[in-house]
Amino acid sequence: MKYVAPSSVEEATSLLSSSPSAQVFAGATDVVPQMRAGRPAPEVLVDLKKIEELVAVANDGDKWTVGAATPTANLTEDPAFSEEFPGLAEAAGLIGSDQIQNRSSLGGNLCNGSPAADSVPAMVVNGARAVVAGPNGTRVLDVAEVVTGPGQTSLAADEFIVEFEIDRIPARTGDAYLRMIPRTEMDIAVVGAGARITLAEDGSIEHAALALAAVAPTVVRVPDAEAALVGNTADDETLSAVADAASEACDPIDDKRGTVAYRKQVAGVLAKRAVLIAIERAQQRNGTN
Amino acid sequence: MAITEENPGYKWVGTRPIRPDGLEKVTGKAQFGADLMLPGMLFGKVVRSPHAHARIISIDTTAAEAMVGVKAVITGSDFPDLAANGAHPSEIDVANNTIAREKVLYEGHVVAAVAATTREQAEAAAKAVEVTYEILPHVLTVDEAMADDAPLLHEGMITKGVDPAPEEASNVASKILHERGDLDQGFGEADVVVEREFTTKPVHQGYIEPHAAVADANSDGRAHIWCSSQGHFQMRAYSASVLGISPGMLKVTAAEIGGGFGGKTVIYLEPLAVRLSQRAGRPVKLVMDRDEVFRATGPTSGTRIKVKMGVAKDGKITAAEVWMAYEAGAYAGSPVGAAGMTAIACYDIPNFVVEGYDVVCNKPRVAAYRAPGAPMAAFAVESVLDELARDIGMDPIDIRLANAAVEGTQASYGPKFPRIGFVETLEAIKDHPNYTADLGPNQGRGIAAGFWFNAGMMSSATVHINENGTATVVTGSPDIGGSRQSMALMAAEELGIPYESIKAVVADTETVGFNDVTGGSRVTLATGAAVVDACRLIIEDLRARAAKTWDVELDQVEWVDGQAQHVEGAQPPLSMKDLAAKSGRTGGPISANASLNSRGVGAGFSTQLCDVEVDPETGVTRVVRYLTAQDAGRAISPDYVEGQMQGGVVQGIGWALSEEYIHDSDGVMENPGFLDYRIPVASDLPMIDCAIVEVPNPAHPYGVRGVGEVGIVPPMAAVGNAINDALDVRMTDLPMSPVKVLEALNEQRD
Ligand SMILES: Cc1cc2nc3c(=O)[nH]c(=O)nc-3n(C[C@H](O)[C@H](O)[C@H](O)COP(=O)(O)OP(=O)(O)OC[C@H]3O[C@@H](n4cnc5c(N)ncnc54)[C@H](O)[C@@H]3O)c2cc1C
Repeated sequence: MKYVAPSSVEEATSLLSSSPSAQVFAGATDVVPQMRAGRPAPEVLVDLKKIEELVAVANDGDKWTVGAATPTANLTEDPAFSEEFPGLAEAAGLIGSDQIQNRSSLGGNLCNGSPAADSVPAMVVNGARAVVAGPNGTRVLDVAEVVTGPGQTSLAADEFIVEFEIDRIPARTGDAYLRMIPRTEMDIAVVGAGARITLAEDGSIEHAALALAAVAPTVVRVPDAEAALVGNTADDETLSAVADAASEACDPIDDKRGTVAYRKQVAGVLAKRAVLIAIERAQQRNGTN
Repeated sequence: MAITEENPGYKWVGTRPIRPDGLEKVTGKAQFGADLMLPGMLFGKVVRSPHAHARIISIDTTAAEAMVGVKAVITGSDFPDLAANGAHPSEIDVANNTIAREKVLYEGHVVAAVAATTREQAEAAAKAVEVTYEILPHVLTVDEAMADDAPLLHEGMITKGVDPAPEEASNVASKILHERGDLDQGFGEADVVVEREFTTKPVHQGYIEPHAAVADANSDGRAHIWCSSQGHFQMRAYSASVLGISPGMLKVTAAEIGGGFGGKTVIYLEPLAVRLSQRAGRPVKLVMDRDEVFRATGPTSGTRIKVKMGVAKDGKITAAEVWMAYEAGAYAGSPVGAAGMTAIACYDIPNFVVEGYDVVCNKPRVAAYRAPGAPMAAFAVESVLDELARDIGMDPIDIRLANAAVEGTQASYGPKFPRIGFVETLEAIKDHPNYTADLGPNQGRGIAAGFWFNAGMMSSATVHINENGTATVVTGSPDIGGSRQSMALMAAEELGIPYESIKAVVADTETVGFNDVTGGSRVTLATGAAVVDACRLIIEDLRARAAKTWDVELDQVEWVDGQAQHVEGAQPPLSMKDLAAKSGRTGGPISANASLNSRGVGAGFSTQLCDVEVDPETGVTRVVRYLTAQDAGRAISPDYVEGQMQGGVVQGIGWALSEEYIHDSDGVMENPGFLDYRIPVASDLPMIDCAIVEVPNPAHPYGVRGVGEVGIVPPMAAVGNAINDALDVRMTDLPMSPVKVLEALNEQRD
């Protein structure tokens, strides 16, 4: 096994093109435990952390860009980012522990392809886009399009994510992420729910986005819940429609971490609660940025 | 702290000095089992069965032996066949559990071991050992194992304790029975009868340090073992038996130990390391991964327990009927015996039947775990008692006070209790502010009690007075819970010299007299008594030396405040330092040995109060407040006593809410790591408040009872009773996971 640490995106893509079994990594908090557990090591391990734009958080007025290898601690400790996207910051802040978060990245969390990855529903509801570099330059795709199944992505072997783009949050908008774990930390989501709500001037719901983790092979959006919310307020009837739609959208498995019935029921509960938090945050963010 | 008998003016006993092992541990200098490196040392790796139950058809080691760096490969045939030699069945089981001979009985069972120059070479060679198995049907639970047509683990196993003995073999190793009075009459006198059935899952001790052993064999047949254990004399005896040699051929040194909780009173790696070292002619180190620790060591039993109890309106328990089946894992020896003795030991019940079964199944052989057997039985009995109290509208402390065992009560398991402190623990809870603290929405409060015998057994100690008047206290009891501090505190109290002038050490099997294992909460009691005896011999010796120096009769000299004083003040006192400096002229070095078989144990009781908050929509239970009251007899080192009390509670909370062995349908463990085998993390827990109760044990010079175990007995019922108080659902299956709690709440809503 060879370790390389390119200093530019171009250098990295050409390394990937020339060695077919190369694998990129950022914090390696998934990669190293997987190798220790017996997964075959790649011939070349490409460390992305020495490429400047991959470890950076910036705001150009219209959008935020977050380098794909940025330790999530840098995000959660960025007051402006956390203020604007409290849900996404909280999701990133749930990963592992302080030690893990000094290394774990959004790029790794997404591309590891775990259905339980905590930051992904929160990125999806915020409409985050992935800027992907390959031998022929870069392309941009929605975060929701990256993962295609457990451990699988739509990226080619010689592609990797450079950064994520997230548009500045509109007025009267709030996001939230909740997860259920049996313990309080150092655990894997049995169910995760991310929500983002934009309110109209009159206080009714103008836009809604809801995404669930750990209840299907990939993160799932819940269009029926979103439709139930738009034009309404969070009354009991609407919330129970949200919960039902969330339970319905689940395609979970029975495993050592939870049963199908449990995951469906709790997905409804967390969806409802996440929506309520997002609404509260939207109400607080009445003006523009 | 609830003190029932005042401290009689002790200077050191009962103080909280800085722990003696702390600095080495926090700086990483302490040598744990896996830390030892010897010149020329090889690394070993164990080959384990992937099947829950299979016959070994053949083991081919040729490929492994031919690999680069490989120096030795061993299998079961490299060890004596103890069955053929007529050894005791329990010794044969230990040997077969260490390395399988004809059959593997659980996933993770050892079939071979290799030693090579590097760890990587050893791992590769272990993979190259080719084992051919004939897979057999397996049984994983007591229900499966006790079924009529169950496949048998041991073809010749006839249930013991049944008269007449059954003619057919089964998976039931033995039956136990305790009876008193007349059950029918007792239930006839009851105003309310509650009957419930409970199940619990196997749980692991969860010590942070995996098992590790280094062995260095000599060509004369002797060998030196360094290992992480709770008793190196026991490791010596078991290893010698498996190797077919005399215990004197082995020297065992106890490494610093990172947790045991009972799970390090048995051998796994030691004889394998010795045999590999003999074959290779080099020292060999074997260290388990966490995965191996889960698959092949510990755990304690999964169980099924039925309890029926009746009470009269005044709260008096009139009858109790308990039926229990305990998984033993692959070989006979579950703690059902202790479970039967402890199940109702807190109470004075006139009519009862307690019946228990020791059942083998295709899981790792169970090992001792803190108060072995008692916690599961207490979960069942204390849950039913809680329900009875509710049914008759009685306070849960009061119902326990109405039935509490006291001095003179005929214990359910036979003897009459001497002075015990159960009632005092109940009162300590009642007097604590937690008992009346306000509860929020979805919160509930539960109470449960527990009993544990505490062990005595054999110990030895040596005390040396150094030439400057300081002292070294030598014992053979590995320190897993702070015993070095307790030994030094008792020695300081006896000798009258400062705690700081005393160093307590744990010596190897050739340097100090025999000591039984550090287990059964016995070390401060029994080894402590040996230390006190040795100190008193030293004081006799010092008085004699002072008498000689002053040329007076011995009875003219007393030992006060660390110095020899003439009773009439006719001579200036001689300090320990003076006497030590002159030892060459008064008879030579000052040193004493004491050995004993403990003179009397002091039973331990704990009562606990737990507040939980349950999320009614997700079933998640969080413990929000917790109080434990325990009779320590006398807390020699209150810091460590509280550590033991809190540790027991925390392990019990894990057992209650989140810990369990999960197996797939092939009998393969699915959660052999701390991610999915969920011991609590710090943020899961509130501060565990402690009320130390001190009702001294008359059989110990300082009143010690032993505190290591009883704290884990009540928590599961305390948590379950609190969940019931919060949301009116009675949880009967452990762990009370979010999935199960939500299911119960859904049923309640339907
Ligand atoms: C103790 C512990 C606790 C954990 N707890 C949680 C938790 O609570 N929630 C949670 O969601 N996860 C958790 N994880 C998993 C892990 O920490 C996260 O998934 C983390 O975000 C991974 O980031 P990383 O930078 O370390 O990824 P890496 O391990 O570096 O990479 C992960 C995968 O992504 C690929 N990859 C990395 N960067 C890129 C890129 N820029 N472009 C394309 N592919 C890329 C790698 O090739 C690899 O396949 C935990 C892990 C540990 C060890």
